Amino acid sequence: MSDRITAADVAKVARLARLDLSPQEIERMTAQLDGMLEHFADVDALDLADVAPMTQPFPLVNVFRADVVQPGLDRDEVLAAAPAAQDGRFRVPPTGGVEG
Amino acid sequence: MAAPAMVTAASIAAAVRAGTTKAADLVEQHLATIAAREPEIHAFNLVLADEARAQAARIDALAAEGNDPGPLAGVTVALKDNMCTRGIPTTCSSKILAGWKPPYDATVVRTLQAAGAIVVGKTNLDEFAMGSSTENSAFGPTRNPHDISRVPGGSSGGSAAAVAAGFSHLSLGSDTGGSIRQPAALCGVVGVKPTYGYVSRYGLVAFASSLDQIGPFANSVEDAALVLDVIGGHDPHDSTSIPQPHPSLVGAIQQGVEGLRVGRISDLPAGADPDVQARLDLAFETLQAAGATIVDVEVPAFSFGLTAYYLIAPAEASSNLARYDGVRYGLRVEAADTDSMYGATRTAGFGDEVKRRIMLGTYALSAGYYDAYYGKALKVRRLIHDDFERAYQQADVLLTPTSPSVAFKFGAKGDNPFAMYLCDTYTIPTNLAGHPAMSVPFGTGTEGLPVGVQVLAGTLQEPTMFRVAAALERSMK
Repeated sequence: MSDRITAADVAKVARLARLDLSPQEIERMTAQLDGMLEHFADVDALDLADVAPMTQPFPLVNVFRADVVQPGLDRDEVLAAAPAAQDGRFRVPPTGGVEG
Repeated sequence: MAAPAMVTAASIAAAVRAGTTKAADLVEQHLATIAAREPEIHAFNLVLADEARAQAARIDALAAEGNDPGPLAGVTVALKDNMCTRGIPTTCSSKILAGWKPPYDATVVRTLQAAGAIVVGKTNLDEFAMGSSTENSAFGPTRNPHDISRVPGGSSGGSAAAVAAGFSHLSLGSDTGGSIRQPAALCGVVGVKPTYGYVSRYGLVAFASSLDQIGPFANSVEDAALVLDVIGGHDPHDSTSIPQPHPSLVGAIQQGVEGLRVGRISDLPAGADPDVQARLDLAFETLQAAGATIVDVEVPAFSFGLTAYYLIAPAEASSNLARYDGVRYGLRVEAADTDSMYGATRTAGFGDEVKRRIMLGTYALSAGYYDAYYGKALKVRRLIHDDFERAYQQADVLLTPTSPSVAFKFGAKGDNPFAMYLCDTYTIPTNLAGHPAMSVPFGTGTEGLPVGVQVLAGTLQEPTMFRVAAALERSMK
């Protein structure tokens, strides 16, 4: 990738990551991310066409257990840790929001 | 530096099991040491004095009744504060989890306690285990017990400092790119990152799930082996834990190193300070004198580890940390709708380094960049793994420095994130490969500060790795 990361890219990524960054933070983050991605140039130079990606140290296999009821987390204990709960459920403000 | 008690965990447990030593007395001794020195070290986010005393009373009662309190009876342990403890705050040293009390225990917490160990506290870390100095903790840094003007390393700096300062016999950390081994080296204690899947990660707050692994800090190789013998093994709650029993490591360390092939990586990235390099050279000589053969091997992709890691780990972190949204637990910053609440909560709750990695990871995974960055990094990961596998056909273990330098001063890495990342040059490739590695204290370097030597081995070759570590340790006595 020879394209440099721009402030507009960073602003878009911040939105995807649900982080509200100030213009100053976006400027600083752009420079820092650009600096980090620069180090990627040496990897970019490798010929990786025939290399299979490795996502895990070991191949993942499907794991089954006996279909027997097991104790789960205690609902009251879980809800006690929530910022807001009501009637045995998590309470949140109105969902959605204006897409910015 | 007063690291007391060069008494092994096994001998302590034996005395407590026999009733000749009281767990209650051991706990009081450690709480007194903590009271004396914790104000200047800040190893802990939380000291669990009452809980430790209660557990000690249970252990002593079991022993008095003639029951066996377990192989770690009365042995004190500190837990990195990213391991869930039921009803006890677990913060990851982040404002976003401040005050959160998990509704369950991590598997390692249950296995340690079932073995008679006594948890004395939750230790400080770089926020969400992202860092190499604990300077990224939202609750202030931990100081190195050998020199409080210097960092203890990170991210498990609190756990390393706790053992080095004599606050606990043992501690647990987590290692995603070197977060056990590097602080172990900087604090002069043993630190082990086992094979991926050796220890259950259930209840370990996730950073990068394909790299994270729990392991011990200890004052001796034998103690570290004992802890892994207790906490290793399959856990139905962690589908990535290896579904087979592990051979005893305590048994393995009794063997010497005669006939073992110890590999020197001829194309290892440069960057180790001369004092660190000198200790590594001596480690090779020591093992040769003990009967091992030194062989030169190449691991060409080793030098690409740092770059691949800093795309893969942030990518996984950006996904894992999406759960901190203010809905179910932790911080919530109230807002008019959920979408605004997510942003406000995450912006207020995460520190700079965590934000930086979430941003980098989100970018690497985003449409148009996925193949170019994340996809390529995964291919480099394969190269690193395969290069190591080839090296392990020629050598039983490899030896490298753990950290390029001894403990550095606070603020020494400045505002350049990459300068800090270079601390993990020698530890990161192991995590990418999924292999085990450990740091063993091996004398001192500049200004009398501890130097660690890293022993690396192939998948599930912990017994051989521990044999070599024990031989290095023996030579220092």
